[in-house]
Amino acid sequence: MLEVSVAKSLGSFNLNAQFQCPAKGIVALFGRSGAGKTSLVNALAGLVRPDSGRIAVGDDVLFDSARAINLPPERRRLGYVFQEGRLFPHYSVRGNLLYGAKRAPRDATGVSLAQVVELLGLGDLLARRPRDLSGGEKQRVALGRALLAKPRLLLMDEPLAALDQPRKQEVLPFIERLRDELDLPVVYVTHAMEEIVRLADTMVLIDAGKVAATGPVEEVTGRLELRPLTGRYDAGATLPVTVAQHEPADQLSRLAFDGGELLVRQLDLSAGTRLRVRVRARDVAIALSPPRDSSILNVLSGTVAEVGTDTGALVDLRVQVGGHALWARITKRSLRRLGLGEGTPVYALIKTVAIDRYNVGRGRGSDPADTRSQE
Amino acid sequence: MLQLTDLEQEALALSLRVALWAVATGLPAALAVAWLLARREFPGKTLVNGIVHLPLVLPPVVVGYLLLLTFGRQGPVGGWLNATFGITLAFTWQGAALAAAVMAFPLMVRAIRLSLEAVDTRLESAARTLGAGRLEVFLTVTLPLTAPGLLAAAILGFARSLGEFGATITFVSNIPGETRTLPLALYSLVQQADGEAGALRIAAISVVLALLALAGSELLARRVKARIAG
Repeated sequence: MLEVSVAKSLGSFNLNAQFQCPAKGIVALFGRSGAGKTSLVNALAGLVRPDSGRIAVGDDVLFDSARAINLPPERRRLGYVFQEGRLFPHYSVRGNLLYGAKRAPRDATGVSLAQVVELLGLGDLLARRPRDLSGGEKQRVALGRALLAKPRLLLMDEPLAALDQPRKQEVLPFIERLRDELDLPVVYVTHAMEEIVRLADTMVLIDAGKVAATGPVEEVTGRLELRPLTGRYDAGATLPVTVAQHEPADQLSRLAFDGGELLVRQLDLSAGTRLRVRVRARDVAIALSPPRDSSILNVLSGTVAEVGTDTGALVDLRVQVGGHALWARITKRSLRRLGLGEGTPVYALIKTVAIDRYNVGRGRGSDPADTRSQE
Repeated sequence: MLQLTDLEQEALALSLRVALWAVATGLPAALAVAWLLARREFPGKTLVNGIVHLPLVLPPVVVGYLLLLTFGRQGPVGGWLNATFGITLAFTWQGAALAAAVMAFPLMVRAIRLSLEAVDTRLESAARTLGAGRLEVFLTVTLPLTAPGLLAAAILGFARSLGEFGATITFVSNIPGETRTLPLALYSLVQQADGEAGALRIAAISVVLALLALAGSELLARRVKARIAG
């Protein structure tokens, strides 16, 4: 269990965040820039001292203002991967990697240098200097350095934010491997929904220094009242699915969930793999009858469960499809023309093209061995 | 011409000894003061900063006289040093080293402080999250990254010490073999009717020494830069 309760006044900004969640898998701290995410993580790491509060990982209390406990950063044993890497310029990559390893408690369990080098693909970099590394390589080394300090929890503050898209795609799989292969809880700060869908199990939504919501990613991203915070453009539903079958002739994959099936571009994963698919509201159209002569492949039958109260030309509908909800963003004119309301049976239409690899994540699932098997 | 006279050898050796001691003792103190000024807020910081810089703006003769008042045999610190450790600074080469160190101190503090302020404190935070305590972080991150500033401080301090004249002659006088460094030797020769040639030789020695020191420091600076460049 990760228990966080932090109050800190930073000039005109007040951080006052409380949340509790299982210290397992990846916990995403999500919020806009300036929401206080980094201050919160710095408080966890001991780099910022809260005015009051309590921070505990499992049975270990790291900070408790009531009991005057404030462990210094070096005794908290929390690994920290910073946005900008922060590699030591006067050490080689090997020196950077071993900096924390040398200082880890002898009885601490964790990974070895050989494991980290293998896991993060650092073999060719060991003798190099940080200045000779690309942005993506720097972040991998920073990640390895934090892991080798044998932390009990890993903090990652927007580790991909400073990288361009190709570099992001280079580093993301390493973070996924880390999640799947090491039993190390991670607190992951981000403002990118894509990273949350691909990586996180639990989501803590931060707004103006406060925690607006905590819960499983599927639940928090689906809540209408949180839309202004989770992002209007990216708004949508996150569905847990299983790879059902591939259709190599058309290079498509069939993903099953308990409301039906989704056809997406072929995934390089074996049948049975559990995934998370994010379907954005703006990619879902609504019809009263299944279209016969359209290009749309995904037609899901469901019922309108909720009609948003947005002002303006657009409105968001929650459509119950089997045991899951999809969101559809349509114009108010269409709402009126189709006479949609709560309880109307409808068909949700989703273009296969709209679901790209950025919207598909390998959720850790209930059985990690299961997701590991197809590699 | 290449053969140095006994007098020249004596002055040269003394100059080097005084300058090296001034740097060796002054540099750690300058590092401590520079760190305080760069990284800590405390009451009286402006005053400390002012006192540190005093030798830069005061006439050297005034500094020498103040040193004599403080560290002379009758002075409060000088008397105590003599009574407790049997150390005499007035009119000894150690006193000359002290005068040189005091005069070079503000230059050394400034060079180190600039370098310390350029060190990215975020690297220090990173080191702490990796399990290093404050002192360890200072020794493994701050100090290595301050190396160019320390080197610059050492060179500046050495050069300033070699050239020290006013504070030295006031505090420890001009005693052959004890406090007569190169500049003081030159001064003495200029005072003599037939000293012209000797003065010129000492000037030449000073120039060669300065060039050697500059070349050596340039070489060192390049190495240090290559080692820590990010």
